[in-house]
Amino acid sequence: MAGRSAAMKEIVIISGKGGTGKTSLTASFAYLGGADIIVADCDVDAADMHLLMQPDFARGEDFYSGELAKIHPEKCTQCGKCAEICRFDAISVIDGMHTVDPLSCEGCGYCARICPTDTIENVSLNVGKWYISSIKTGSLMVHARLGIGADNSGKLVAKVKNEAKLLAEDKNKEYIIVDGSPGIGCPVVSSLSGANFVVLVTEPSLSGLHDLKRVYELIHKFNIKAGCIINKFDINESITHEIEQFLNDENIVHIANLPYDEDFTEAMTNGKTIVEFSDGPLRELITDSWKTILTNI
Amino acid sequence: MKIAIASGKGGTGKTTLSVNLSAYLAEKEEVVLSDLDVEEPNSGLFINARVLHEEDKYKMVPEWKEDQCTLCGICQEVCNFHAVIQLGDMIMVFPELCHGCYACSELCPADTLPMVPKKMGVLRHLRNDKLSFIESRLDIGEEQAVPLIKQSHEYVDEHFQDDILRIYDSPPGTSCPVIEVTRDVDFVILVTEPTPFGLHDLKLAVETMKELKIAFGVVLNRHGIGNDGVLRYCEDEDIPVLAKIPNDRKIAELYSEGKLIYNEVPEVKRELDKIVVYLKTWQEGAQQ
Repeated sequence: MAGRSAAMKEIVIISGKGGTGKTSLTASFAYLGGADIIVADCDVDAADMHLLMQPDFARGEDFYSGELAKIHPEKCTQCGKCAEICRFDAISVIDGMHTVDPLSCEGCGYCARICPTDTIENVSLNVGKWYISSIKTGSLMVHARLGIGADNSGKLVAKVKNEAKLLAEDKNKEYIIVDGSPGIGCPVVSSLSGANFVVLVTEPSLSGLHDLKRVYELIHKFNIKAGCIINKFDINESITHEIEQFLNDENIVHIANLPYDEDFTEAMTNGKTIVEFSDGPLRELITDSWKTILTNI
Repeated sequence: MKIAIASGKGGTGKTTLSVNLSAYLAEKEEVVLSDLDVEEPNSGLFINARVLHEEDKYKMVPEWKEDQCTLCGICQEVCNFHAVIQLGDMIMVFPELCHGCYACSELCPADTLPMVPKKMGVLRHLRNDKLSFIESRLDIGEEQAVPLIKQSHEYVDEHFQDDILRIYDSPPGTSCPVIEVTRDVDFVILVTEPTPFGLHDLKLAVETMKELKIAFGVVLNRHGIGNDGVLRYCEDEDIPVLAKIPNDRKIAELYSEGKLIYNEVPEVKRELDKIVVYLKTWQEGAQQ
């Protein structure tokens, strides 16, 4: 079918601030979308979607990104040129030997290039593993685990997203839903690239509002259409009003206000999405939110 | 003593603990609180203090000088980060991708890529009585937190004596910015919540601290919701639980307004005190 990849839509859920309910809501939307949606967990630093989606980890692959300098001691003349040019103070002399501190090395490769005896090698770094799994919604999920202390340059995030796109095209799925990363740095920039619609999940606290404004500035730079869910709106109704005003001023779709509700935690504790678990008002509110998102893409 | 307050999962209460613990300690002694969650710095919302100093922070990036360039292509070849690219008869520099290694600049045979400063953020130094507060804020569009975290560390090291207690509010997660914050501290407090997400991300944070060989303990926030998975895990792994902060809507409300909690909720003060006692005892033990 011609043009089907162009019809595929990508929805990215982000929050700026952590703990606002982003992953719980993403999982609920993935559940509501069922077999039509490929799920991508791009919060690779704290990947939690799998706890609610029952993935089978059917296919896994190591992911390599970036390099690390390695000095071969047998050839090294201890001339010290590498340590001299290193801007990251990653090379020091330990027991008379020039040695690379892997935590400080940025993998720029400058030392290997200027080493007069060709003693330094750049080795590829295994930064984690990514998976394609069947999940309980009858669809597929692409997810990853970043290695401990690994450089989250956004490349693993980009990999997860690309694989999700390929899957959606291959299986002829209409949507991809992406659980994005926190912050405003490289991982979130990777999460956002190519998005058709961004859902911002926030809470009415000074921190929530502050982080929302910062992350929205980034979205604005990318010129992506956005909507917002205010979670726990009743914790501080005056800040909720302030957020609503901000959404109005910036032409951000106000998707819903959700009340403070411990069903968020209870559902997670039972390994379920909120829409599966809760028979209270939350289920209806989240179902309506999903409809609003789909009509706004 | 240098203490970092970190967590795997975001939104578990790092900032709440950082500001309350710092303010509580500063009732009796000099404390420096450094907010190193430079992508989303929030500690400042809770601190009433006078700004003593503010400065822009820069990183060094190459700038192309067209007239001397021979278009030899070495700069593009040596850049591992695709921050310098040759397009036709032009050299394009992408400063947000540049790590500042100087390779392109110093290996350029025509001296055509001198390094120039580019603003990446702002550092502010505030003070209220015994509490000093340093906040570093990354500019929107800047992708790398680590260079700014490094410069904040340098600022604190230059401006405060070694024996003053330092508390670092860390970004969430377990990747490079967290390593940059925690690698040289004496003790890390991992804040978590008693939920499956909290436990899962705590395990990652614990693995990270073990890898870095840094002493750490756990503070359980929102105690009372969820399940006992985190407490059982800490018991099985012999991880000290320094304090349990109760799940209380009042705390969420105070937090939302940017207020300190320990003076309003007595249980919180009691739990902070447990943390202080633990840290002091730990410090005495570590010095012996």
